[in-house]
Amino acid sequence: MRTLVCIKRVPAPGARIVLTDDQQAIDARHLPFTTSPHEECAVEEAVRIKEKHGGTVVVLTLGPPEAEEQLRYALSVGADEAVLLSTDGADWDPQATATALIAKTDELEAAGGGFDLILFGNESADAGGYQVGIRVAHALGRPVVSGIKGIDIEDSALIARRETDAGFEVYRLPMPAVIAVKEGINLPRYPTLPSRLKAKKAEVASFTAVQAPGGLHMLRLVNPPEVASATTILGLGPEAAPAVADLFEELGLM
Amino acid sequence: MSTVLVLVEHQSEVPLETSLQAITLGGMLGEMCSVSVGACQVGGVVRHIEIEHPMLSDYAPEAIAEALNQLIRTESPSAIIAAGTERGNEVMAHVAALLDLPLATNVTEVRPGDGSWGVTRTRWGGSLLEEATLTAPVKLATVAPHVFAAAGASGAAESERFTPELSQSLERTRVVERVTISEGITLTTAPVVVSGGRGVGSPEGFGILEELATLLGGAVGCSRVVTNNGWRAHSDQVGQTGTRVAPNLYVACGISGAIQHWVGMMASKNVLAINNDPEAPMVTKADFAVIGDLHPILEAVVEEVRRRKGG
Ligand SMILES: Cc1cc2nc3c(=O)[nH]c(=O)nc-3n(C[C@H](O)[C@H](O)[C@H](O)COP(=O)(O)OP(=O)(O)OC[C@H]3O[C@@H](n4cnc5c(N)ncnc54)[C@H](O)[C@@H]3O)c2cc1C
Ligand SMILES: Nc1ncnc2c1ncn2[C@@H]1O[C@H](COP(=O)(O)O)[C@@H](O)[C@H]1O
Repeated sequence: MRTLVCIKRVPAPGARIVLTDDQQAIDARHLPFTTSPHEECAVEEAVRIKEKHGGTVVVLTLGPPEAEEQLRYALSVGADEAVLLSTDGADWDPQATATALIAKTDELEAAGGGFDLILFGNESADAGGYQVGIRVAHALGRPVVSGIKGIDIEDSALIARRETDAGFEVYRLPMPAVIAVKEGINLPRYPTLPSRLKAKKAEVASFTAVQAPGGLHMLRLVNPPEVASATTILGLGPEAAPAVADLFEELGLM
Repeated sequence: MSTVLVLVEHQSEVPLETSLQAITLGGMLGEMCSVSVGACQVGGVVRHIEIEHPMLSDYAPEAIAEALNQLIRTESPSAIIAAGTERGNEVMAHVAALLDLPLATNVTEVRPGDGSWGVTRTRWGGSLLEEATLTAPVKLATVAPHVFAAAGASGAAESERFTPELSQSLERTRVVERVTISEGITLTTAPVVVSGGRGVGSPEGFGILEELATLLGGAVGCSRVVTNNGWRAHSDQVGQTGTRVAPNLYVACGISGAIQHWVGMMASKNVLAINNDPEAPMVTKADFAVIGDLHPILEAVVEEVRRRKGG
């Protein structure tokens, strides 16, 4: 199994989002960076598939040079190769992102062999376009399903499970295939100290990305209006219990 | 005025609330025509098209997108919109990929203009808004849930039929099996969600939350720290990458109130925070709060509720 996983570096805001003065980005000067939990699970799933069926895992990202940090994290939890398509840091629209990922995937396949499986997150943490993986799949002529929370390999097919309100539904995709996964498909491992040190020294193949035009052009980011709420303090400690029970009664919960 | 197609999702022929909201937006943008896969009782629309094909007897995103692609050729719409549900977003992304057109997901506002639209869409699961322009011969968009009022349902239109030509190869992404798990009260349907975060401290610490949830006929939820620590299954996680809930009461025990958690429960009618930090964002944003160590508080609350229930 040769698997490709596409991940995206994003800031991790806490209790509120602060924007830059030009409203083009989140003010991330004091924030840590991460990838979407969906993508962390995609990396973990690829590594588990490799551990079970053999093969290699390649991680690919389009982003600023600093996105190397997220690639190295993926290496530290079991990915074998990392590829960076570097930008000046501005967020690209989903079409432009997909176009760049498609071109690089073609090159990686020509050089190192076709990918049996390409994994995406269900949606990126920041943009939440729900589409980059599907665009890549169409360009490569491969089947794709989203929202997947379970993958099994049977012969040359992928059995993929997706949660529904009533239980789950099952897909059977011929390989090579593309799957967009959701957090919960697995519980990602943490890197060990030796794996972290090894990843720090590993080579990251780096290329400059060329931006194709896309039809969704971001003008500015805006914070939604804050909900002004005055909190009613029902009490301190266990003495608040009667007031809490009163609230339950008022809300018709008892 | 040009045609705007609105893809309507339905369950046993009853349109989803979110699809009725998409119809409302569709009506503002042009001559609205609703479209469903299989029969669906859509009221209050002038035209309704039913897509019929044996391959579409179960969910098949690629095949539905191909059917819409063929419908675009016969209807020449200026836009296609759908609800920003898991399926709505998926099908529309397939349409966008087939046509190589841009797609704006989860829009909260559309400002139609010549050639391009101004749109506002959600980012970060709803914590942030993006203003953008969408430029395309056929505009593709999905509608953020619960922003627009649902369209009224009176006066059903006579359905027109449309039968696409679908290649057998599209079967590759069709649902092959459905498994039903009946769970009783679930996170999304519970009137009360008793939710725990890092402050609960351990898997066993959730025992008292379970007790309270059972007493109130509710369900237990949790934060991502809890699932990441392996204390609870991910199916209990509330938030951006978990489940979205909107109960009558959300009880947040030892949860700080990070935006990625908040977007998952901000639609709750009432929020009660139990936290030992009076400055925690969850406390300052909640309607009600109790300050202190959550375990003795919950034990006293459970005891009080039991006493009042007479048991
Ligand atoms: C892209 C992305 C997606 C994410 N998606 C989600 C998601 O879907 N859901 C989610 O929950 N998070 C999500 N997160 C993580 C989120 O940012 C926070 O890290 C997480 O919600 C924090 O969980 P917590 O509140 O339990 O822990 P903490 O932030 O550590 O807060 C613990 C709280 O418990 C209080 N406390 C501690 N001990 C006690 C005690 N004994 N009694 C009372 N109170 C006590 C503390 O005062 C504090 O307020 C996401 C993050 C990213 C970057
Ligand atoms: N800049 C990027 N680099 C690599 N992968 C990306 C990038 N943007 C999006 N993706 C992948 O595409 C998925 C869907 O993104 P989106 O369509 O933005 O919601 C993400 O979860 C990632 O797996």
